[in-house]
Amino acid sequence: MAVGILGKKLGMTQIFDEQGNVVPVTVIKAGPCYVIQKKVEAKEGYNAIQVGFDEVTKEKNVNKPMGGHFKKAGVPPLRFIKEFRLDNEELELFQVGKVYGADLFETGTYVDVVGISKGKGFQGVVKRHGFRGAPASRGTHEYFRHGGSIGQNMTPGRTMKGKKMPGHMGAKRVTVQNLKVVEVKPELNVILVKGAVPGPNNGYLIIKRAIKKR
Amino acid sequence: MNEIVDMIEKEHMRLDLPEIHPGDNIKVYTKVLEGDKERIQIFEGVVISVRGGNIRKTFTVRKISHGVGVEKTFPLHSPLIEKIEITGRSKVRRAKLYYLRQLKGKAARLKEKR
Repeated sequence: MAVGILGKKLGMTQIFDEQGNVVPVTVIKAGPCYVIQKKVEAKEGYNAIQVGFDEVTKEKNVNKPMGGHFKKAGVPPLRFIKEFRLDNEELELFQVGKVYGADLFETGTYVDVVGISKGKGFQGVVKRHGFRGAPASRGTHEYFRHGGSIGQNMTPGRTMKGKKMPGHMGAKRVTVQNLKVVEVKPELNVILVKGAVPGPNNGYLIIKRAIKKR
Repeated sequence: MNEIVDMIEKEHMRLDLPEIHPGDNIKVYTKVLEGDKERIQIFEGVVISVRGGNIRKTFTVRKISHGVGVEKTFPLHSPLIEKIEITGRSKVRRAKLYYLRQLKGKAARLKEKR
């Protein structure tokens, strides 16, 4: 139940470690994050803080209700807002209006990164589910990337629920676990994470401490 | 590319190495770790290709070792490169000298740059 950080994927590059190995890294703009609201058990029924990231520069892009919400907290209007559930003790560390950034994480620790994956549109079973398709030769006629049979006969007389078929792929929430933090730059609010992260460049991300690895 | 990504790449780049071009005869001094001892290995040959930009820049060096052609590709900004020595420059008319692979002996010589 630790607090996470909101960020933006800036792009990928590579750096060298001490042994001279090439390390692929994703550069993430992590913060500044503003605490907009505190939710407590007594009032809202659960403990959490509402956090926002990415300032809106033009006032016309903020609607009245949200504008009032930001004004009440004394923070600039923000684009990306999420909540983090917290314990009682952790909740006391955060006040409304508090700003925190990339220094939440340390070099060498592990994080989980959540993002919206790139949309792929309507895709067939070969790309979407990794089906093998049909043989390319030996008499195959107009049947190359099909999924084959989708069921049996009279029994059960229907196609099983959850059968993998063509359909919309991507553009959904994806979590990548246990990514190593290679470098933290608190002055820029930038962290470098080993490996790839879901979504396009400039896509929004939620970065949390890894739940399976320390 | 994003300017922060660009900045991070520049930060990790090495600026102490000389500029190398295709056709250069160079000596690459690389650190080799054997067990827990480190020593320097020299690879000497002609640069046949330079590709990539910023921190992704690599170069390929070709030499003939015991009658066998050997090529080695180095990341230019690798910390394992101790130093690079340029022993000669040749006049070449293309960026990639892959045609040298088909040639041997006298035909594989390059004209020296003056």
